[in-house]
Amino acid sequence: MLGEIVKGLRTTFKYLFKKPVTVQYPEVKRPVRERFRGRHELKRFENGMERCIGCALCAAACPADAILVIPGENDPAHPNSPGERYAATYEINMLRCIFCGYCEDACPTNAIVLEHQYELAYYDRKSAIYTKEMLLVPPDKGHGEIPPILQELNRRPSPPAQIDL
Amino acid sequence: MTAVADPPTVAAYPYTVPSPQEITRPALAGGRDTMVLNMGPHHPSTHGVLRLVVELDGETVVNVAPDIGFLHTGVEKTMESKTYQKAVVLTDRMDYLAPLSNNLSYVLAVEKLLSCVVPPRAQIARVVLTELQRIASHLVWLGSHALDLSAMSVFLYAFREREQILDIFELVSGARLMTSYFRVGGLAYDLPDDFTPTVEAFLDIMPGAADEYEALLSGNPVWLERTVDVGVIDADAAIAFGVSGPMLRAAGIPWDLRKDMPYSSYELFDFDIPIAKKGDIYDRYLVRMAEIRESVKICRQGLQRLKDLGPGPFTTTDRKISPPPKTEITHSMESLIHHFKLWTEGFKPPIGDAYVGIESPRGELGTYIVSDGSPKPYRVHFRAPSFVNLQALPHAAKGRLMADLVALIASMDPVLGDVDR
Ligand code: SF4
Ligand code: SF4
Repeated sequence: MLGEIVKGLRTTFKYLFKKPVTVQYPEVKRPVRERFRGRHELKRFENGMERCIGCALCAAACPADAILVIPGENDPAHPNSPGERYAATYEINMLRCIFCGYCEDACPTNAIVLEHQYELAYYDRKSAIYTKEMLLVPPDKGHGEIPPILQELNRRPSPPAQIDL
Repeated sequence: MTAVADPPTVAAYPYTVPSPQEITRPALAGGRDTMVLNMGPHHPSTHGVLRLVVELDGETVVNVAPDIGFLHTGVEKTMESKTYQKAVVLTDRMDYLAPLSNNLSYVLAVEKLLSCVVPPRAQIARVVLTELQRIASHLVWLGSHALDLSAMSVFLYAFREREQILDIFELVSGARLMTSYFRVGGLAYDLPDDFTPTVEAFLDIMPGAADEYEALLSGNPVWLERTVDVGVIDADAAIAFGVSGPMLRAAGIPWDLRKDMPYSSYELFDFDIPIAKKGDIYDRYLVRMAEIRESVKICRQGLQRLKDLGPGPFTTTDRKISPPPKTEITHSMESLIHHFKLWTEGFKPPIGDAYVGIESPRGELGTYIVSDGSPKPYRVHFRAPSFVNLQALPHAAKGRLMADLVALIASMDPVLGDVDR
């Protein structure tokens, strides 16, 4: 009987001298994997134009009905996106969103991408609704067909669309 | 006044489940010299929001009735308003300790409706991932079971290994818990390049880790005292209650759907079904620990098969079911149409119904789907193992001590999301 208890204690005693496996979270952050599905971003082309063409396919694919897209007609003199239409309103309700990534799978232009940020918290419901301004990356952060982080890693679940401007 | 005859006594059928009212009503009427205790819904050892109405005579359990429904989410009903592909995300949220098993049961049923052929790479990947899921789920069971019986270290060690499995899930699907990785027709995305080395690294440490848990528990006198000959559900009772999974195998019945009704190419794998004899808590512990080792074996075979198969399609090439790769949609009008059609309307299975049962970590997880030919299911029903297994609880708890009830619940490994759906 005592032998079994000593056997157990020996197992736990071993760990006294090992480094803990835990991470001190707010100070130290565990790196996420590249497929991680976090907060969305609306991407741009290299020339700064918005990728989103307002087709609302993401809204149709969303199982949680978290996305609102209201398309608008592009002004030919100052187009927001290549093609005829763009998203005049683009909102994601982060309280509804379940981060399933269906919107990313459905988007034909790879405009909406789930990125790696996961620390989302709000004081009220209103601020949980992310508007287009919050989701859209700055104009100088546009990129070619493959987002920069994924170019480096060269691994992406679905290959990006080839779009001729 | 004529005397009212006593109702005829039915020969007592031992395998019944009392309702909470059966216990509370006579107790409130004050006819009995027993105490009625509410255990839960907020009790740390009911593993979620299970309420047990326990009738006690001193420390001895006279009767106990499970009261469920505190975690009812309406998943089955919600699915009726989602297309088949979109409903996959809901299955994650039933048995939240085994989302991939839920995904698998559901997509297999839809694939059966559609008579869709899944490419071998996807089938093997499904096997490997659901076996990892089985290990992860058993680790949570082991950790919380030991914690309920005051063995804290096991909990910490078990969660350390589970973390690695969740990391593998994040690697393949992008989410640790709500994976939604199995889609109708195959997988959501292809397996990443570093899948095999990451899983291999985990499989290398897992048997050693299992030895470690066993060093802490197997011969430990406190553990034996609390588990041996406690909470017995023997073969007759297990069959009468419809119990499945490790609880049934602990009673000595080698029934495992992976062997008896193979799905997703399990017939190609070589593994054993661990069984025990008595069906007490200790036997369930032995069976689950042996299952962890068997799962490691299956995963290794699966990785070898993936290697032998080489790269290949990870989802069906039937464009009426699975959307085309995005590289295609800017070149081919047909692909673009399929893409839009599948993401907006979805596919329409033929009218009919289908049932598929799989061996989830808790037992037979069955999905029954009725299709009316529209893109949304007419009705989805899940045969949830936690719900069925829970029915055997009063039978096993009667006449035992209150403290044994805690051990018994833990050994049944119920997930309340699975009980209520
Ligand atoms: S991640 Fe899923 S739930 Fe969230 S917005 Fe996209 S489709 Fe909707
Ligand atoms: S994000 Fe993509 S799917 Fe959504 S409206 Fe814009 S282009 Fe369409």
